Amino acid sequence: MYDGGKIVAGLVVFLAVVTSPIWYNVVAGKAEYRPDPKIVSQEKQCVAPKAWMTAMHMTLLNSWRDSVVREDNRVYVAANGKTYNMSLSKTCMQCHPNKSEFCDRCHNYASVNPYCWDCHVEPKEKK
Amino acid sequence: MGVNRRDFLKITGLGALAGAGSKVAADLVFKDQAEAREARSNKGAFVGKRWAMVVDTKKCIEKVEKDGCRDCAIACHTVHNVPDFGNPKDEIKWIWQEPYEHAFPNQHHPYTAEGLEGAPFVVFCNHCDNPPCVRVCPTKATFKREDGIVMMDFHRCIGCRFCMAACPYGSRSFNWRNPRPFIQNIQENFPTRMRGVVEKCLFCEERLAEGLSPACVEACKVKALIFGDLEDPDSEVREILHTHRSIQRKPGLGTMPQIYYIV
Repeated sequence: MYDGGKIVAGLVVFLAVVTSPIWYNVVAGKAEYRPDPKIVSQEKQCVAPKAWMTAMHMTLLNSWRDSVVREDNRVYVAANGKTYNMSLSKTCMQCHPNKSEFCDRCHNYASVNPYCWDCHVEPKEKK
Repeated sequence: MGVNRRDFLKITGLGALAGAGSKVAADLVFKDQAEAREARSNKGAFVGKRWAMVVDTKKCIEKVEKDGCRDCAIACHTVHNVPDFGNPKDEIKWIWQEPYEHAFPNQHHPYTAEGLEGAPFVVFCNHCDNPPCVRVCPTKATFKREDGIVMMDFHRCIGCRFCMAACPYGSRSFNWRNPRPFIQNIQENFPTRMRGVVEKCLFCEERLAEGLSPACVEACKVKALIFGDLEDPDSEVREILHTHRSIQRKPGLGTMPQIYYIV
């Protein structure tokens, strides 16, 4: 290989520059950052345990949607036997009216753009 | 050898038992279905087997000609976040008025009774028993519910507009632009639509689920719109259809429309 040393050195510099944002965050202590959605609900318990909701709320919302729209089945029976009206605006957003602090914090962090709010109307937030 | 008398009696007896048994079983199944549908609805919801509407056109036309009444349309379009683009080409309509000769082109002839020609008839989705829009929808975004409502799943609509081509009543409208900025008062508990989605009257299925009549029925001051269950022999719609002569829009197309007009 001609000019091997220069090529390897160039590659090292290139990798250092490309990965510099990561190193910057590690040094600045921001690598540990985790989004912290704010829960303002008065209820003690969501329709399912918190850890499950964090991981699976999108699946739950999809199944609620299909159940209500396609099967006209609006009653959700939770694991503890309590029943809920399956509705994004009438159930979920009653407990979590702070979309920007609750939904958006994680969604922005994870860079996901769910299309719920293209049609569903988000509750007005107190500024 | 043929069947002897003893075997013949045995077979007949078993057959009779099976017949009676299946009747009992069928009753159980169908009763359970009705109960199941009640159970999965919220308390107080209106549960029907075949929803339909009767329009008492005399009352309606009289009121419209007196003061240009548009109460039903205003109520419907308000609660359902229907946008007003201010341009007839883009118009979104769930319920509106159509002159007699347009609503009933096959009833119309040069010697039509006085007062009918040009008279405003209130029209909306016919919730057909044989809905052509459902047949053509490639994504099953529109489908017929058990209770006869021709429902839209806005989530699934891809905006191909086959249903608009298929519907012989012009009951469907298309959102060419984002409708949000064109809605005057956005209702929080009903979704808006997005660009590229078809919409139409859904017989207020979201209100029925809460035990409320459709918004147009509630808004009509002269009680010209009567909503009810056609499979319930004691319902008001059945009573009116039994005692009055009624017509449907374009029945010859075989769509079996479920909006009945008393002329």
